[in-house]
Amino acid sequence: MPLLEIVDLKASFGSHAVLEDFSMSVDEGAIVSLIGPSGSGKSTLLRVLMGLLPIDRGSVRMNGRVVDYADKAALHALRAEIAIVFQQYNLFQNMTVIDNVMITPTRIRRWPRKDVERHAMQLLTRVGLADRLRAYPDELSGGQQQRVAIARALALKPKILFLDEITAALDPELVGEVLETIRELSSDGITMLIVSHEMGFVRKLSSKVVFMAQGRIVETGTPQQIFDAPLEARTRDFVGKILRH
Amino acid sequence: MSISIYDARLLLTGLLTTLALAVVGCGAGFLCGFAVAICRTTRAHGMAPLRAALYGYCLLFRRVPFLVTLFLVFFVSQSVNADLPTFAVALLTLCLIATAYLSEIIRGGLESVHSGQWQAARALNFSYWQALRYVIVPQAWRVIVPPAVGFFVMFIKDTALASQIGVMELTSAGKVLGNKGLPSMLVYGMILLLYFVISYPLTRLGKHAERKLAVTRNR
Repeated sequence: MPLLEIVDLKASFGSHAVLEDFSMSVDEGAIVSLIGPSGSGKSTLLRVLMGLLPIDRGSVRMNGRVVDYADKAALHALRAEIAIVFQQYNLFQNMTVIDNVMITPTRIRRWPRKDVERHAMQLLTRVGLADRLRAYPDELSGGQQQRVAIARALALKPKILFLDEITAALDPELVGEVLETIRELSSDGITMLIVSHEMGFVRKLSSKVVFMAQGRIVETGTPQQIFDAPLEARTRDFVGKILRH
Repeated sequence: MSISIYDARLLLTGLLTTLALAVVGCGAGFLCGFAVAICRTTRAHGMAPLRAALYGYCLLFRRVPFLVTLFLVFFVSQSVNADLPTFAVALLTLCLIATAYLSEIIRGGLESVHSGQWQAARALNFSYWQALRYVIVPQAWRVIVPPAVGFFVMFIKDTALASQIGVMELTSAGKVLGNKGLPSMLVYGMILLLYFVISYPLTRLGKHAERKLAVTRNR
């Protein structure tokens, strides 16, 4: 049974459909990447799944149970299992690094502070920021902020981690450190759903790649299939363009 | 003619009345303004009528001269036979006006916080109130405090208009003493000094608050 299953999803902004006939699944422990041209609905999908944008039609199953996005308790339960890292980091600007990581587990989840603190320290050590605990986000580089955001997401012990173009806002020389952090985490077997334009990274890390365009899935396959032997002309075109430079 | 004990007491009464008008007006105005601002930042459909009403209230009371509002409250309270003391009328007016102005200042502060902060809070399962309390309001202070202090300083001066309906505050006390034949220069010199004594510490307090809140970053 897949951890996350999306069936025939449709979502729109006004009259403009941004996702249509969208069905896919993410198995436990899998790393699934969504690729495609800008505006193809990749980030929208993540937002819809988090309940940040409404669904028109279709269903989402988490752990085999259909998620009712209209039900507050169900939405809460869902968000307790998914953690998302945003393109713009969205760290809380009024809190230090350690507070950013600890606030949700301690204040919202009400987990015991001692355990949370230990876990937070482990995570921040892991992302290489144990020496910046008392720094505020605007004292950090983009790459450092994004690594804190990753630690903040993992502090909630999510079942699945969403990464929404997490390197897209970074200076080129900072991309490496963030991708390296994710690569390192992937060895833990944590389930991830990734939106990325870093094709080398997607290719190396993913167990499954979904190529989408204009809100629909064009082709799904292993990285080898999508990058080396795509079946669809649209995929071939996109991959060709990307790999050419 | 020198200042008698009676004169000094009148001046003191005036000072305390002005102080009471200013403190209660600013305090109640700030609290109510916060409530109004928060109501106006909600998005729920059920709140729409309340939002519209508050929008109308802010729109109106920020455009009416202080004196007109004062007379309005005064005559309305008379026509319904509320029999309010003039001090209460002045206080009510000041709260109405301060709430309207401060709610706009506070709303501006709340809306200055980047929408990504709301989004992150929602994704992390914060409730609306938790997001406000832990994330939005702490970041809004920096934007709220300077104009709010500016408003307070202006507002303290405006409490002098309460003299128009016969409230014995500082300006009225000055008028009475002047009419009694005390040298006007001396009387109004003292009044000036007393207004300064009330309002200057506030400015200092505001600067201190700004410095303290500077650690609360915002982008």
